Amino acid sequence: MAPHDLRRPFKRAAISDQQKRRELSLLRQAQNRRDAQHQARCLASSILSLQSSAPESEPEQSDIEIETVPETEHESEALSKDLDVRRASTLRGPEVRKWFARQLMLPEWMIDVPDRLSQDWYVLARPSGKRCFVVSSNGTTVSRQRNGSILHHFPSALPAGAKTRDSSGSAQSYCILDCIFHESDQTYYVIDIVCWNGYSLYDCTAEFRFYWLNSKLEESGACNSPSHYHKFRFSVVPVYNCDQSGLYAAYTGTVPYVKDGLLFYNKHAHYQTGNTPLVLVWKNENCSQYVIDTDGKGEIPSQQQVVLELQDDRKLVTSDDPPVLVGCLDGDIIEKSGVQSGNLLRFAIGDEGLSFVDGKLEKADLIYLDKSNRARAFADSYSKVIFQFMVRHSPLKIDDLLASINSPDGQGKIPSDIEMVG
Amino acid sequence: MAMEITQFLLAAQSADAKVRTEAETNLRQFQEQNMPLFLLSLSVELSNDEKPVESRRLAGIVLKNSLDAKDAIRKEQLVQQWMAIDVSIKSQIKDFLLKTLGSSVPEARHTSAQVIAKIASIEIPRKQWPELIGSLLNNMTQQDKPASLKQATLETLGYVCEEISHQDLVQDEVNAVLTAVVQGMNLADHGPEVRLAATKALYNALEFAQTNFENEMERNYIMKVVCDTAMSTEVEIRQAAFECLVAIASAYYEVLEPYMQTLFQLTSNAVKGDEETVALQAIEFWSSICDEEIELQEFESPESGDSGPPHSCFIEKALSSLIPLLLETLLKQEEDQDQDDTIWNISMAGGTCLGLVARTVGDAIVPLVMPFVESNIVKPDWRCREAATYAFGSILEGPSVEKLSPLVQAGLEFLLNAMKDGNNHVKDTTAWTLSRIFELLHSPANDFSVISPENLKRVLGVLLESIKDAPNVAEKVCGAIYYLAQGYEDAGPSSSLLSPYLTEIISCLIATADRTDGGDSKLRSSAYETLNEVVRCSNIAETSSIIAQLLPVIMNKLGQTMEIQIVSSEDREKQGDLQASLCGVLQVIIQKLSSTDETKPIILQAADQIMLLFLKVFGCRSSTVHEEAMLAIGALAYATGSQFEKYMPEFFQYLEMGLQNFEEYQVCGITVGVVGDICRALDDKVLPYCDGIMGLLLKDLASSELHRSVKPPIFSCFGDIALAIGEHFEKYVPYVLPMMQGAAEICAKMETSDEEMVDYGNQLRRCIFEAYSGILQGFKTVKPEVMVPYAQHLLKFIELVSRDSQRDESVTKAAVAVMGDLADALGSNIKLMLKESAFYDEFLGECLQSDDEQLKETAGWTQGMIQRVMVL
Repeated sequence: MAPHDLRRPFKRAAISDQQKRRELSLLRQAQNRRDAQHQARCLASSILSLQSSAPESEPEQSDIEIETVPETEHESEALSKDLDVRRASTLRGPEVRKWFARQLMLPEWMIDVPDRLSQDWYVLARPSGKRCFVVSSNGTTVSRQRNGSILHHFPSALPAGAKTRDSSGSAQSYCILDCIFHESDQTYYVIDIVCWNGYSLYDCTAEFRFYWLNSKLEESGACNSPSHYHKFRFSVVPVYNCDQSGLYAAYTGTVPYVKDGLLFYNKHAHYQTGNTPLVLVWKNENCSQYVIDTDGKGEIPSQQQVVLELQDDRKLVTSDDPPVLVGCLDGDIIEKSGVQSGNLLRFAIGDEGLSFVDGKLEKADLIYLDKSNRARAFADSYSKVIFQFMVRHSPLKIDDLLASINSPDGQGKIPSDIEMVG
Repeated sequence: MAMEITQFLLAAQSADAKVRTEAETNLRQFQEQNMPLFLLSLSVELSNDEKPVESRRLAGIVLKNSLDAKDAIRKEQLVQQWMAIDVSIKSQIKDFLLKTLGSSVPEARHTSAQVIAKIASIEIPRKQWPELIGSLLNNMTQQDKPASLKQATLETLGYVCEEISHQDLVQDEVNAVLTAVVQGMNLADHGPEVRLAATKALYNALEFAQTNFENEMERNYIMKVVCDTAMSTEVEIRQAAFECLVAIASAYYEVLEPYMQTLFQLTSNAVKGDEETVALQAIEFWSSICDEEIELQEFESPESGDSGPPHSCFIEKALSSLIPLLLETLLKQEEDQDQDDTIWNISMAGGTCLGLVARTVGDAIVPLVMPFVESNIVKPDWRCREAATYAFGSILEGPSVEKLSPLVQAGLEFLLNAMKDGNNHVKDTTAWTLSRIFELLHSPANDFSVISPENLKRVLGVLLESIKDAPNVAEKVCGAIYYLAQGYEDAGPSSSLLSPYLTEIISCLIATADRTDGGDSKLRSSAYETLNEVVRCSNIAETSSIIAQLLPVIMNKLGQTMEIQIVSSEDREKQGDLQASLCGVLQVIIQKLSSTDETKPIILQAADQIMLLFLKVFGCRSSTVHEEAMLAIGALAYATGSQFEKYMPEFFQYLEMGLQNFEEYQVCGITVGVVGDICRALDDKVLPYCDGIMGLLLKDLASSELHRSVKPPIFSCFGDIALAIGEHFEKYVPYVLPMMQGAAEICAKMETSDEEMVDYGNQLRRCIFEAYSGILQGFKTVKPEVMVPYAQHLLKFIELVSRDSQRDESVTKAAVAVMGDLADALGSNIKLMLKESAFYDEFLGECLQSDDEQLKETAGWTQGMIQRVMVL
């Protein structure tokens, strides 16, 4: 019924700026919504907002002092891996480092052989070097060491890892990799994956994480040789099923890096921050240069040294959660040296060694040395203390591991038969 | 028994407001008390030739409005109301209407024809008015009936055909209707009044005639009659016949081949020598053919399949004759056509058609047009120079860059000089041509431009000088600067090229916006819109200080608008327009400066003052919210983050106002978007406002008045709120979740044949998923069990969507993501449900094989989440 309108747009630039602004607003809102939901999906990781709140301006050589003020200690204890991004984003400076320091999954030392090693575990040869979190986001990549300090700040081919022209990823696109930086070939060896391109893998099994890591890392170009937009090479580490041949391969196989022991991953374990018995480290002289801990000068001290944390009630504890009580500090040492609760203290283990009752540590012969290096973030873990003790007295051997795999039911359990007094 | 309502109908049109209101009240009461009788009385009034024409007119309008409405929901109510009326009363009404077709008063006949068509649209598909077609045809076949009745009958037939589908009638009836219409066009049998009515009826019946157009004999006959009619002696009838040809070109392109020779002759003669109204239709015929072929080409290119209709290349075949015909029209300009927006003449139509032809045939047009350009562009007659320039500007879109760039490069200097031509039209068209060059052949971001870095200074020099020319020329120059700047957006190192000139460009644009000789506000808004594009496309690292300086300038200007003296509603409108432009600029500046960490503090420092200005802009109006200010506030909330909290107490009232603006639904939609911005900015600090916001959003959703396009974003907005306030969303769950479930069910039943509805359905699905995602994530760590009762419904909805072949990529992504969220948030609670749903494996499998990296990743993540649940 309507008369046909002949008029067509004539000689007019087809600008409707208002429409354009509306559309751009809608785009921005949709993107922000996607980012917000995406961020919620990756809540567990929490890294991004920390990163943006602790901007790049933080100088690399900045003091890496970890303040161990009890109140904040308690506060950060509460920051579990499910930490709310919004809360984490209020953290600044030292807290950020401290928080980061708690995000790594820390293996326990293998002091006895777990059950079902060949069925439920992976094994890999651990590269020697600096353990760190590598975080790519917003066009840059940062590696942070165990104590939270920054190791490198660099462009990488990881998703969101460099400001390249074609980087179209959203602000929330980022990666978190658990790496060891191997100095001699300047390579980041990736030993675990926590987030990839914004997807949280915290709650995924090791099986899934390794699968994801292997399929994604190569594809991203991060394994390529360094270039302008990619300063360091990344590399995966061969992971084996912990059957006889796998264990043997990891133990004796040639790898492009210097080995520092073997890592064992339980296939079903999620990525868990802090110490976990579901990842274990083991080493001997054949696969590590550093079997027995060295002191600050790089020499092996005649007596085993341990770092313990002093608590309010003079108790000396390990870094485990819950902490394991190792001993008590004499009141006069506290007075003389001016140490405070929360401090990390270094001790030597005296001739009386460690004594155990029912497999539990009963007593340790502790000789106070001094306050620990300020760069230390944590006390030693219980398993480390024990492993180091065993290494000096009755080490767990590679044959014990192989024997456990070969035992008929695959459940052979080598008792740690510790009656190690003296 | 019908009531006498003449007095009320007359009084309702009285100049005296009191009389009028009283009459309207009386009529409304009557309507409410006895609808059937009311409608009957109206039809009696309309049919009675002794009644005054004014009361009959109003009776007809009220009657029509009781049967039809634009809004679909309202329309459905009216249909139900009509169908509920007693058959005998309906049949009386229809009799009165049919009787009116024979009235001596033309207006009554016309109104009656419209009303009959409305009733037919309800009753014919339901087979409730089988005798209508018969009685209308009867009017036509009887020799002795007066011409006025035949004229009204043909008009009615046309309207009825427009309202119904040919499938609503048996084919014999369809044929009989078309025969009656086409015979009505016969010169020998009828006078001009009847023939004109018949031609217009055919126009309305063209779609209805689908089956007849498929039959070659019938088609030949119809085409012959239309072509004959196009040569009638009466200009009005010729025009109507050409209108039919234009409509046929669009609707029946694929069968036109045999007639093209004749049609070319007809249209060519009309363009050359007929009255302008006819000539315009003749040009429109070719423009419509171009439209069809361009669409075919666009449709064809991605697929190589032969599924589409055939491309007959009519334009290509007619090219050598068509181009001279169109070029000739370009010389028939009117003196003042560039100053007057209402003009549409043959040179404008011809030029537009030339541009369409260029887009249709590409390179082939260039050699046919260039000789005309070259010979005319230097002639002393301004018409020749203008036509030549226009022709050149018209062919810039379509031909390849390789073909065009040497020509443009050779001609650019000439065009720049022509900006000093003595004639206003020539300058206007030259500036327009420059803007087309920059739009189409200047793309440094893709490493291609006809403007060399060395030449840029010269180009800008000319533009910034010419922007001071007459308002119509200055407006075109703004367009040229707009596209020039646009080319440098995201252009990497090239984007630096414009930086040295930015200060000067900005000050010239502001000076242009301040001009008072622009008549209406068109020049001013062009200048501001261009300023926006210049700011958007600038290289932020190099120009942040310039943009930072622009900010207080614009804020100052916005502040000054509050002091404008408001006497009339026109003043108010002017103030609103100016505020719109300035809020737009502020929005762009806010977004630009908040996009980098280095420049964001500039916005944060000014945020208090900016917000104060926006609140004042809102304060200038009483009941409506300023759309542009609302848009800009969204950007500000995004920039300021949680700091925005302090503005909420003052701003909240306007947010409420915006959410209640059903009439200007764009405003409502923008406000919904801003609620999302605020949720993300404030997080749980938005909580005190949530009751108010949620109440209004729920009302919006339930409203039948509010435009449907606003509704899907409201669902997304629920997700934004839930994500911000977490467990506090629990109290809204009993209201929100049933609405989401209801909407999901509507999606399932949605019409799939209508493309627009398919798009809408996809949008709605995506938004429902986004709502679920936000809510699940919000409850995830604190109270996931709240969502357990809704998991099954959601899972079924995802399943349904996963089986829909028409779902688009964004829906797929949202569906996969929400499935992951469901597993992530509810964990073992949904293990059983997942075990019973077989579909997700296949769906995830499909997504994992997608080419879209983002989708693949999301699907992988979701798979991980589900696996986690399954091993728990």
